[in-house]
Amino acid sequence: MSFNLLATICLAYVAVLFAFAFWADQRAASGRVGWLASPLIYTLSLSIYCTAWTFYGAVGYAARSGMEFVTIYLGPTLVMVGWWVLLRRLVRIGRSQRITSIADFISSRYGKSNMLGVLVTLLAVVGTTPYIALQLQSVTLSFDVFSSTPGDNLREIAFIVAIGLAAFTIVFGTRNLDVNAHHHGVVIAIAVEAIVKLVALLAVGIFVVFMLAGGPGPMLDVIAASPIAEQTIQPERWTVLIGLSAMAFLCLPRMFQVMVVENSDERHLATASWAFPLYLFLMSLFVLPIAAVGLNVLPDGANPDLFVLTLPLEFDRDMLAMLAFLGGFSSATSMVIVAALAVSTMVSNHIVMPIWLSRQQGGATVSGDVRKVVMVSRRISIAALLALGYLYFVYSGGSGALAAIGLIAFTGMAQVIPALIGGLFWRGGTRIGAAAGIGVGFAVWLWCSFLPSFGDASLIPASVFANGPFGLSFLRPQALFGIEGLDPLVHAVFWSLLLNTVAFCFFSLLSFPSPLERLQGAAYVNVFRYTETAPGWSGGGAEAEDLLVMSQRILGAGEAQTLFTGEAQAQGKGGYLPDVTPPFLERLERELAGSVGAATAHAMLMQITGGVSVSVEDLMRVADEAQQILEYSNQLEAKSQELGRTARQLQEANEKLVALSVQKDGFLSQISHELRTPMTSIRSFSEILMQGENMSPEDRARYSQIIHDETIRLTRLLDDLLDLSVLENGQVTLNYSEVTLGTVLDRAVDAIAHSSAGIQIVRDLQSEDIPLHTDGDRLAQVFINLISNAQKYCTVDNPSLRIVVGQEAGRPVVDFVDNGHGIDTDVQSVIFEKFSRGSDPRAAGGAGLGLAICREVMKRLGGGIAYLPGQGGAAFRVTLPRTQAVAA
Amino acid sequence: MEKPGQPLFLARASYRRRRVADAARLVPFFGVVLLLLPGLWTTTAGSMIYIFTVWAVLILAIGALSSRLRGITEADQEASEPRRDRLPDG
Repeated sequence: MSFNLLATICLAYVAVLFAFAFWADQRAASGRVGWLASPLIYTLSLSIYCTAWTFYGAVGYAARSGMEFVTIYLGPTLVMVGWWVLLRRLVRIGRSQRITSIADFISSRYGKSNMLGVLVTLLAVVGTTPYIALQLQSVTLSFDVFSSTPGDNLREIAFIVAIGLAAFTIVFGTRNLDVNAHHHGVVIAIAVEAIVKLVALLAVGIFVVFMLAGGPGPMLDVIAASPIAEQTIQPERWTVLIGLSAMAFLCLPRMFQVMVVENSDERHLATASWAFPLYLFLMSLFVLPIAAVGLNVLPDGANPDLFVLTLPLEFDRDMLAMLAFLGGFSSATSMVIVAALAVSTMVSNHIVMPIWLSRQQGGATVSGDVRKVVMVSRRISIAALLALGYLYFVYSGGSGALAAIGLIAFTGMAQVIPALIGGLFWRGGTRIGAAAGIGVGFAVWLWCSFLPSFGDASLIPASVFANGPFGLSFLRPQALFGIEGLDPLVHAVFWSLLLNTVAFCFFSLLSFPSPLERLQGAAYVNVFRYTETAPGWSGGGAEAEDLLVMSQRILGAGEAQTLFTGEAQAQGKGGYLPDVTPPFLERLERELAGSVGAATAHAMLMQITGGVSVSVEDLMRVADEAQQILEYSNQLEAKSQELGRTARQLQEANEKLVALSVQKDGFLSQISHELRTPMTSIRSFSEILMQGENMSPEDRARYSQIIHDETIRLTRLLDDLLDLSVLENGQVTLNYSEVTLGTVLDRAVDAIAHSSAGIQIVRDLQSEDIPLHTDGDRLAQVFINLISNAQKYCTVDNPSLRIVVGQEAGRPVVDFVDNGHGIDTDVQSVIFEKFSRGSDPRAAGGAGLGLAICREVMKRLGGGIAYLPGQGGAAFRVTLPRTQAVAA
Repeated sequence: MEKPGQPLFLARASYRRRRVADAARLVPFFGVVLLLLPGLWTTTAGSMIYIFTVWAVLILAIGALSSRLRGITEADQEASEPRRDRLPDG
């Protein structure tokens, strides 16, 4: 196959990718996202984990170290399988905080600290550069396989590839500023590439197993007979590599980009959780067979990293070789595109923008489109990153095996892990701790892994390897603290992550976080508990117009105006300018964060609002949210209890009112009757008298007597009513004098005696000798009332009334107890009310005012009267005022 | 600590769903144990068969659980999703 044909096919393939990307972007722009955001596309986009390193390098790795290559896939498999624990949390936070990159994620968690953002960005740049060089190298080498003059033009090929990749990334990766707006074009392109590389590797694998080896059974024999069989797995490398690849899978910038930033739906994770491990499974299934057969068939000096390509070529399968080439090409390009996209976002958001902002004299409100600045800075970053990768490729001279470089990059990015995991699950992790951890890990990695990777004597002199810097032997790059004999990779991973974690925990424990850090910490750790994030702003003196000016520069005029009008409408206002409320600032910041990162967005708003950010009160509010819910429900409970009590009281009052109303009705008809009866007889007898000229004097005297009696009865009734109203209004005058209880009782009994129809009164005269200072007439009136009541209502055969004098709480009391039926419980509560009468109106001589008058009188006298239940009959207790008794 | 606003006891369906989530949490731990087993350090071909078998089992297990967990995230999202940050997405 000619090199030119290869180049043509390659260009055609790139053109197809461009077309796919362009088509997807167009489709998304017209709102028809549809299956562009499906779980399948999401899963395929994750496959950028499988770079050229995987495609070519895994076979080389297997040829050198046997099964160890598979660790690179087992780590991500474990992470995906455990999606419910970690990835779901990561994706939820990424979406709710509008995270743009791994650097943004870390910086946002630790109080939107740009210092951390810069640190992670540096780490990403340093870690990604060799990785990009690796991709350039593998593409170049694979081109070289087809070249007629091997070894020539390597740099030229790499240069052209780098330029082409930069162009693709710039065209499709920097179309819109909002990173969260999803790069559908890029994602579709890498999904297509994912299919191509899987198909290519499977095709080569099936060719090798079934055509060359003759089926699975003989294949195992070939493996057992090959040098690979002698490679034993080293447990510590095995374990460390699984862990390392798992960590790298989480925090490699490109993986974070497709997994978290480009994620459009959390549910896609559920599909990817099994589909992506399946993809990895298929990708690695034929690696060992290809390596074994390659070692078996190809000449001794052949580069095992290129077996995937050279095996089909050896057997003149040009089309298969072509497919394998495209697979490798796809692996390399998709990785470079997404990595460049992710890292350029970080560089522009965390390094270029803050510098640009601080150099602007007028702060964030001056006019001019920031979007151009951001775009240009992103494009320059992409180009610069690819240039760096190219330079690394040129100056490292294609050093070392592919796998070694990949693992060094993994170890570098894994330094983010303690801060990432700590930030997700531990609210106590602070900015200082995260910076210390990442800084220490970064330094150890540079010293133990990155710098030595350039070769034994290139950047670090051989003497330093042997004796340590300045003769400090405990700092030897591959034997820190004098621990020798460890595998260099295990050594670097172990020390960098251990010291990193120790520094992170130690400094987190010692430092005290700012309010914003604590707020963000709570938002991250409790992402599933509180759906609403706490407001990060508390008022401030920002002018809505300044905010609009700034937003227009970042979001573009149209989108910013839509946002502001929408908010104004939501607040019930017209026009473009809403009130600057904390929720609005919060939302605006999040929108801006989707474009320029949380730290920059926060800093820009801070410039305008004059630095009024989250207050300690806001923080307390978040912390107390659970407490508040509890308190609220307690308050509700108390309130409902109170309501219950009020309702019961109202019900009682209502019952009383209803009873009184019935009583009153009864009284009215009674009083009409009472008034009517004497009036009738008065009228009829006076008519008789008027007409009776020949009436005998006896009759006249008798009729006059009747009229007289009836008039007295009427007068008494009216007197009672008058008396009660005088008493109630407090207009009564009392004539106080010195009396004894006995004499008052005597007077009462005597007054009633002439009309007492047989009731027997039982008294204890001795006990009645109590001196009183009171109105004797009024007191007698009460007693007379009680005795006559007993007379009227005690309907047994031998009625008797006991008058018992006693003491209650130091006050003299007089009980009037008869042997009748007593008073029903339901009536007891109203007998002292006006117009109230016993249950037997027939027996009532009065109008039901007697007891009401008694109560009023006793109240005036400073005592009281109450019904005394449970005495066998009706019983009333009259309580006499204490002071008079004592004074006497 | 009990989360506020969540009931202490659940109906059968929600109880099942929570246990499915528990199972999904356990899968990676079983995966780690199985993949680090000392039985690995034997022949290359033998360890290859062992590893790929464990791998396939893990894929099947999480596949079965995830299809049921999908429903939970759906319910979860519906509860928390009607929010403003989904409005202008581009």
